[in-house]
Amino acid sequence: MIEELSHDQILRYSRHLLMPEVGMSGQLKLKNSSALVIGTGGLGSPVALYLAAAGIGRLGLVDYDIVDSSNLQRQVIHGTSTVNKLKVESARDRLKDLNPDIQIDIYNEPYTSENALRIAKDYDVIIDGTDNFPTRYLTNDVCVFLGKPNIYGSIFRFDGQVSVFYAKEGPCYRCLFPEPPPPGLVPSCAEGGVLGVLPGTVGTLQATEAIKILLGIGEPLIGKLLLYNALDMSFDFVKLKKNPNCRVCGPNADIKELIDYEEFCGVPGHHADDTSAGVAWDITPQEMQDRIARDPNLLLLDVREPHELEIAAIKGAKNIPLGEVASRMAELDSAEEMIVFCKRGSRSARAIEILASAGFKKMKNLKGGINAWAEQVDNSLPLY
Amino acid sequence: MTTLRIPTPLRAYTSGKSEVNVSGVKISEALTDLTVQFPAIKPHLFNESGELRPFVNLFVGENNIKDLQGVDTLIKEGDRIMLIPSIAGGTS
Repeated sequence: MIEELSHDQILRYSRHLLMPEVGMSGQLKLKNSSALVIGTGGLGSPVALYLAAAGIGRLGLVDYDIVDSSNLQRQVIHGTSTVNKLKVESARDRLKDLNPDIQIDIYNEPYTSENALRIAKDYDVIIDGTDNFPTRYLTNDVCVFLGKPNIYGSIFRFDGQVSVFYAKEGPCYRCLFPEPPPPGLVPSCAEGGVLGVLPGTVGTLQATEAIKILLGIGEPLIGKLLLYNALDMSFDFVKLKKNPNCRVCGPNADIKELIDYEEFCGVPGHHADDTSAGVAWDITPQEMQDRIARDPNLLLLDVREPHELEIAAIKGAKNIPLGEVASRMAELDSAEEMIVFCKRGSRSARAIEILASAGFKKMKNLKGGINAWAEQVDNSLPLY
Repeated sequence: MTTLRIPTPLRAYTSGKSEVNVSGVKISEALTDLTVQFPAIKPHLFNESGELRPFVNLFVGENNIKDLQGVDTLIKEGDRIMLIPSIAGGTS
């Protein structure tokens, strides 16, 4: 327990100390508190930066990924000099530079049912900066079981959601979303894109809520969901109530321990974009190249959005965006063979499912999408 | 007429519209009107047996229809209905 600040610390935190809502006692509270940030990506970047700057005494960072240059459009904790390095190490080094005064624990591992309780139990607040449904449900259940506040933030394209799910005092994530959407119904940011500054706004709001809760000041977003839309610049609030039938925090809860979240969500939690319609449908870029060589008139169906064709395209491919496949399948001949592709392979897998349910059989799904094609066959195309 | 707010992930099925005017005195009627205007959105809101999918949250003003009368919740002129989706983005 730290009971006083050094002269250097007083100078560093002087703008906090000037406010009666924080003051010396509040700054000491922050110094003696801890926060676990799940994910050091778009949301985790501003969260970790602001919590470190604010002087939270101990920060935990969980991530197992490495920094990629496509991250830098929004993951501002990382930099060009740390591309290809471990995200947790890249983030730790940046935070140490920002505030050498704090302790940073790094966990270079996927956050799973096996390690989540062990990792989370010694932190005061948990911040959900994950990018997939399995880890979101896991984070929620861990917080319910350990009685900790879950500072929730989620983003998609121009939309953001923020709340504090704290089952002791209000609803949990499952009260609002008892079960996830089926795989494929909601595209990931890797497929659907995200405005780079959006996680900055949402993550900064999460950091604000974490600091308020650690200080015990203001009105936390417990029982409220903030909906932000960057295009409309709209902030809407809705009320959330505890769901009496909630399976983890309700009076008759039947989920008492962590479960298999990938099975629950029907998708892999890690590298969640590598979904496929089934290996039977898969074709590798090399195999596709061979097929085209044998049959130059082979139909290639590109199910990406029209604006993505400006980034990279395969010559001669027919473009029907995934959202229009169901209504435009009359343009396709089920007797003809075709290869379906998108950016990484998951939207084309959905297209194959739609077409298969309409009786199409002679289809293949380009494994890894046009990005894999660019990497393995046609280096003249850019990766995106 | 009531305004129904469409979240970004579902705007692909409403010709890009962020708000749709719908008619009806109950949520169920408003949703029927929405799916008549934009049939492509239907499978995203309803399952095969025509029930609202469990992950679809609808709010009238700031209240969840699950805390009111579900799809039988009455709506009136000027009400604002919001569809709130499950989104999971954050990191990669």
